[in-house]
Amino acid sequence: MLHDKDRIFTNLYGYQDWRLPAARMRGDWDDTKALLARGPDAIIDEIKASGLRGRGGAGFPTGMKWSFMPKESKDGRPSFLVVNADESEPGSCKDREIIRHDPHKLLEGALVAGFAMRARAAYIYIRGEYIREAETLQAAIDEAYAAGLIGKDACGSDYAFDIFMHRGGGAYICGEETAMIESLEGKKGQPRLKPPFPAGAGLYGCPTTVNNVESIAVAPTILRRGAAWFASFGRDNNKGTKLFQISGHVERPCVVEEAMSIPFRELIEKHCGGIRGGWNNLLAVIPGGSSVPLVPAEQIIDAPMDFDGMKELGSGLGTAGIIVMDKSTDIVRAIARLSYFYKHESCGQCTPCREGTGWMWRVMERLREGDAAIDEIDMLQQVTKQVEGHTICALGDAAAWPIQGLIRHFRPELERRIVERQRTYAEAAE
Amino acid sequence: MPTVTVDGQQVDVPDGATVLQACELAGKEIPRFCYHERLSIAGNCRMCLVEVKPGPPKPQASCALPATEGQEIRTDSLMVKTAREGVMEFLLINHPLDCPICDQGGECDLQDQAMFYGRGASRYHENKRAVSEKYMGPLIKTVMTRCIHCTRCVRFSEEIAGVDEIGAVGRGESMEITTYLEQAVRHEMSANVIDLCPVGALTSRPYAFEARPWELRKTLSIDVSDAVGANIRLDSRGREVMRALPRVNDEVNEEWLSDKGRYQVDGLMHRRLDRVWVRKEGRLQPASWEQAFAAIAAADPRGSIAAVAGDLVDCETMFAARRLLRALGSDLLEGRQTGLVYDTSSLAAVAFNSSLSGIEHADAILIVGSHVRWEAPLVQSRLRKAWKRGARIFIIGPHWDTTYPAEFLGEDAAVLHDLPDAVGDVFTAAQRPAIIVGAAGLAKGALHPALALAQDWTLVRDGWNGFNVLHMAASRMGGLLLGFAQAGGIRAVAEERPRVLLSLGADEMDYKPFAGSLKVYVGHHGDRGAHAADIILPAASYAEKDGTFVNTEGRVQTAEAAVFPPGDARADWTIMRALADVLGVDVGFDSFAELREAMIAEVPALSSPGLIDLGELPRGDGSARAAGVISYPIADFYLTNAICRASPTMQRCSAELLGNADMLEAAE
Repeated sequence: MLHDKDRIFTNLYGYQDWRLPAARMRGDWDDTKALLARGPDAIIDEIKASGLRGRGGAGFPTGMKWSFMPKESKDGRPSFLVVNADESEPGSCKDREIIRHDPHKLLEGALVAGFAMRARAAYIYIRGEYIREAETLQAAIDEAYAAGLIGKDACGSDYAFDIFMHRGGGAYICGEETAMIESLEGKKGQPRLKPPFPAGAGLYGCPTTVNNVESIAVAPTILRRGAAWFASFGRDNNKGTKLFQISGHVERPCVVEEAMSIPFRELIEKHCGGIRGGWNNLLAVIPGGSSVPLVPAEQIIDAPMDFDGMKELGSGLGTAGIIVMDKSTDIVRAIARLSYFYKHESCGQCTPCREGTGWMWRVMERLREGDAAIDEIDMLQQVTKQVEGHTICALGDAAAWPIQGLIRHFRPELERRIVERQRTYAEAAE
Repeated sequence: MPTVTVDGQQVDVPDGATVLQACELAGKEIPRFCYHERLSIAGNCRMCLVEVKPGPPKPQASCALPATEGQEIRTDSLMVKTAREGVMEFLLINHPLDCPICDQGGECDLQDQAMFYGRGASRYHENKRAVSEKYMGPLIKTVMTRCIHCTRCVRFSEEIAGVDEIGAVGRGESMEITTYLEQAVRHEMSANVIDLCPVGALTSRPYAFEARPWELRKTLSIDVSDAVGANIRLDSRGREVMRALPRVNDEVNEEWLSDKGRYQVDGLMHRRLDRVWVRKEGRLQPASWEQAFAAIAAADPRGSIAAVAGDLVDCETMFAARRLLRALGSDLLEGRQTGLVYDTSSLAAVAFNSSLSGIEHADAILIVGSHVRWEAPLVQSRLRKAWKRGARIFIIGPHWDTTYPAEFLGEDAAVLHDLPDAVGDVFTAAQRPAIIVGAAGLAKGALHPALALAQDWTLVRDGWNGFNVLHMAASRMGGLLLGFAQAGGIRAVAEERPRVLLSLGADEMDYKPFAGSLKVYVGHHGDRGAHAADIILPAASYAEKDGTFVNTEGRVQTAEAAVFPPGDARADWTIMRALADVLGVDVGFDSFAELREAMIAEVPALSSPGLIDLGELPRGDGSARAAGVISYPIADFYLTNAICRASPTMQRCSAELLGNADMLEAAE
């Protein structure tokens, strides 16, 4: 279990004030000038050495991502950092806690990361529904400007760096990095084609890096305590600490910072008071926010909660938004509801996702009632395969995976409903 | 030049090419809906998926992927086949099965590609999506349930037309293409979205349920609605031209057509002159050809006859008239009906020398007295391209709604002599500066001052001639080549008081100065000229005769007859030929072939299609002054000639899009 001394987010639960003086007491903005004085390359090397992987879901190594940014502007274009705070994935709620209670961690991280990638400014794109959080964040930005921590001469380092907050309009797809860039530019939030990648041509056509709130917020602490400290947690390739968000049928749902690779059982026992009704009552877990396939109970109980551990189970760690479902759950209905979510949130730009999400949801709704033929399960599986990997962005994949997970692990349940319904109707017809 | 392998075949592709283009170079057909050569890449239909190594183990959208050295592309693998089948199935699940009542049927990309790449049977048993109708004006008929969201129409409006009038609202399944407030689309090239639409979502409203593509006879023709000479195809059935569609010609119209050029054709069935009329006792009365010819002979045209060419006539008609007049001992030929007078001693000084495709490479453009958007919508799209490439555009004349940022320098043509220093600096610094003088500029004497500026700014340099005159009449350059220009203009012709005035479809001129002449109108529509005429000889429109046209660049192009003229109407040259017999003179030709031969013998430039060498740009007369407030000649874009004034579609456009309901009454 992670010791308190090793926690990065020391005010995760808001027991202390979020404002600047309290944040300073917790160590934020502590001689940030010295951090910047190490130079951009040293910062990137330190982050690389720490093994930090992006906390937004895909798990791309953060230091490497930063290193894709141009070292100098050849044509006068500035570079930008975009912080993705459009946390809309069902099951995920970590960025909200960071912004609510520790906004200065994020702001300091934005400055450090922005400096390391030679960015002129950071745009924090915050989810539209986070109204109070946006107020807090804006107040924190104002405080930081007033204290000279950001702005023309950020932290007295002679580096000019601005932070802007932009509120989203409530579309899940705007959490996709290129859709976020489009939305920031004032356009309809639709993902762009890649290439060109944002590091080449992103916001307003300038080199841009889009990072998750958590990835950015942990950066200053990693620099202060050293890459080796951060890398001492978790298995190889899955280093560091992570905010886990456990929701669903546990005794005490919570957001908690833990070391990577902690076994699922330990995580639930220590922080959530166990599964509702005991471990035998566990049905399945969606380990990484709604976009990843579910994992049945027996497979996940002793699995290490990290990127590779979940990948081995045919799922993914995603944002570590863990949705726990006990045996009272109507699992088909749960996944059908997720299908509705993706149907509702598809941007409509590219064909497979626009048409496929609606199709999948409608079939799922029928499967929920058993109002289908057995071979429609195979058809549904094929449709998910026709969507997956054929779209511009990953929303198509995210819509397909939960259904694939359901079919993989709960096909007997689907068939049972179909057979049962047919039997009921056959009886009624007699 | 990267080398890639397509299905095992090595091809060299140009730098910057996409994988799709590489496949096409290798002769592989890639199905597509959203991709269009002249629009930006959207990559959203996902139909063009191919397998590319190196790359992720999933199919890639070939339209958006740059071709790079050593790529291995497969268009025939199982992965590609399944991907195409999958995407096609998705496109079809919500597409209505209404092909039998869809106007796109027979020329539908979705239909064709479903045949080649589709699965053959449907697995979709849910309800299909329906989308409410969207109103897009009198030209575009919408059945939005058929839309496959390729966004070609959106991209056309934004990128080519330059008006943000079509867009997508909603997301996911609920995404709908619409004009935001359900207004008509208000620009002059709007109907091109009908050609772009790969399905039957946007079809032609006037052509709705009129014909099927396989019933139509296709004839290559030239548009006469302006002086650009857009290449068109006339689709006819029986005696009726059903529609006009643009042909691809990168030098002239790319693959666009103005709404007027496209939709004036229904005017060919209205207000036609299909019999001979002779004015008796102040009223036009039906008559026979013999009676009409006898009346002309009685007026004794020998030595006192003038001919005025209208805006729509071909070179052959004008040449036949010229031969007739010459045989009768007259050379009173004029084509500039509205009274324009400008120096025609050098045709290079009155042509669009940059060429239509060249003007888009200009980096500084001065427009003198031209409402380009109305006078030549296709040039307007070129100017927009030039602006996109970084050109700065300045305009002398009253304000009009440009589709690019332009600086208006003043309404008086005299501004030409007093340009702000900043403007002069832009042009002296420019690599490819250009001037465009329009008809309104010519009317205020801007030609020579503009030529003088051409010298100051060295508009003519290596590989570049930036001096342009933008005409408005399809017949103008041909007329100037054939000598239809008097030093004193049409005024001088009237002052000669000819006994007979031969009007070749001249509908824009003022007939009052010719009160003493016998006015013989040879034309096809009962318009202003016919109202003023003493004798009407029914002739053929551009769709009904073979003809040569020279566009404002000096490009010779030929049109073919698509249908027969109605009733007693005859091809114009045969009327001249018959008249020659009646008047007892010899014009030297008995057939159209002989006529063309004689014409080419006199004006060799007309011999073959293509740009004419008009010679060196002359020096401007430095003492000439331009003066007067410029006023643009077109009051109503949709009603500029006899054909479109007769067209119900163009009348509707005028009333609805320009709010000119009262103009219609005036035209009656």
